[in-house]
Amino acid sequence: MTNDARRSLVTAANLHLRIGETTILHDVGLDIAAGEILTLIGPNGAGKTTLVRVLLGLLKPDSGAVRRKEGLSVGYLPQSFEVDHSLPLTVRRLLRLTQKASAGQMAESLEEVGAGDLLDHPVQSLSGGERQRVLLARALLRDPELLVLDEPIQNVDVNGQSELYRLIAKIRDDRGCGVILISHDLHLVMAFTDRVVCLNRHICCTGHPEAVSKNPEYLALFGKHAAESLAVYTHKHDHVHGPEGEILPVEREEARHPHGGA
Amino acid sequence: MEDFMLRGLMGGVGVALVTGPVGCFIVWRKMAYFGNSMAHTALLGVAIGFAFGIDLRLGILISCMSLTILLVFLQSRKTLSTDTLLGILAHMALAVGFIAVSLLETIRVDLMGYLFGDILAVGALDLWWIYLGGAAALGVLAWLWRGLLAVTVNEELASAEGVPTFAVKLVFMILIAFIIAVAMKLIGILLIISMLIIPPAAARRFSKTPEQMAALAVLAGVVSVAAGLWASLEWNAPAGPCVVVAASALFLFSYVWEMIAGGR
Repeated sequence: MTNDARRSLVTAANLHLRIGETTILHDVGLDIAAGEILTLIGPNGAGKTTLVRVLLGLLKPDSGAVRRKEGLSVGYLPQSFEVDHSLPLTVRRLLRLTQKASAGQMAESLEEVGAGDLLDHPVQSLSGGERQRVLLARALLRDPELLVLDEPIQNVDVNGQSELYRLIAKIRDDRGCGVILISHDLHLVMAFTDRVVCLNRHICCTGHPEAVSKNPEYLALFGKHAAESLAVYTHKHDHVHGPEGEILPVEREEARHPHGGA
Repeated sequence: MEDFMLRGLMGGVGVALVTGPVGCFIVWRKMAYFGNSMAHTALLGVAIGFAFGIDLRLGILISCMSLTILLVFLQSRKTLSTDTLLGILAHMALAVGFIAVSLLETIRVDLMGYLFGDILAVGALDLWWIYLGGAAALGVLAWLWRGLLAVTVNEELASAEGVPTFAVKLVFMILIAFIIAVAMKLIGILLIISMLIIPPAAARRFSKTPEQMAALAVLAGVVSVAAGLWASLEWNAPAGPCVVVAASALFLFSYVWEMIAGGR
């Protein structure tokens, strides 16, 4: 297996999971290696978060196998993070909530994510981007071999989004950890990801981001959505800058889905 | 000071020591309605206690834990919201409790005493219950603190970091039932939850950390008990409601304080 050579962190095969009457995962297999950024993409309800919970061992699949590297340390950023205003909680306390960390370690890890001045701020006062950075700093204190980020750019403004992705890529470069990103927008994560797994309860397609973005199954699933997001972001000229006439699939897609081209 | 006053004060202070920190979690976790439902169920527990000739506190524990188990079971069916389920269970328990208590003709049940408490009728045995039971409750809470705080901040994150979230939440619910059972005699089932909610709410504005808020909530509770008892004696008014009014006054004070300080 090439997995061993790639220092596999988690390997899952033939996962099946039903919740009630609904099949959430059907024959899903996946592996993530150290130093790799893998993006899980799929529409809402596609089972992305569920799959991650299975990979982390928080949820038992009905059948299938998950193998985690022994003693794997995981840093996790949940999809939503809202702390009620009634709870007085500073960043300092949040960092130390379930783990030990010295003042020096906390300062260091906040510095690493560019949030060095936030230590004594109440968590409720943080902006969306600051909150993600603080949660990232908190995850880094665990010295993670695997970072799992569930829709990290929710509530982060457009400029902050690519900054955040750049930060995640930098952390991967510096630390060599594996990263699983959950997203429902391929075009934003494209430049920062090594491999994409397109999930819709089963694995539709997988591969390099550009290959996936042209895959008929991906387009069938995301045609409308992808076209819409392109319409939103055309002012950024994402695709004209691509090599070798990359604009072509965009035009074809818009022709096929006129509602996205408006 | 008269003996009964001293016992009432000691009992009230003992209750405030426990309701402060536990009440903080009820506020943080938005469990006020759950607490109230538990308290309403306590009347059924009183009836159980009388009917089977066991300690009323034991009866309350039985009824409140049954409610918890029933709630957790119904929640897992995912058809109705917790809010609605509690509304059904709590009022059913209260209604059945009322009927049961009124059917127990042989015993003269002082209903008002159970609804609003009788802090000045606290006996030596009650004090033992409050202080030993309270110490046990605080011990459990201290043991639970880290995990429960993590679950309160973010349940998903806590479970990803290895906190046994279901067990932690269940133990906390049982802890609330226990505190209601122990404190019911002083404040009464209609008002007990106010002692769990108002002092922490008053403490919030002056706190920077969760532990600070718990400590200040204890202080606010003790002040409320002392002021309430004094007012009760001064105006010959029922003591339990006086304590609650005193706590509410403290809360209003903290509110006004923030408005003035916030206007800087």
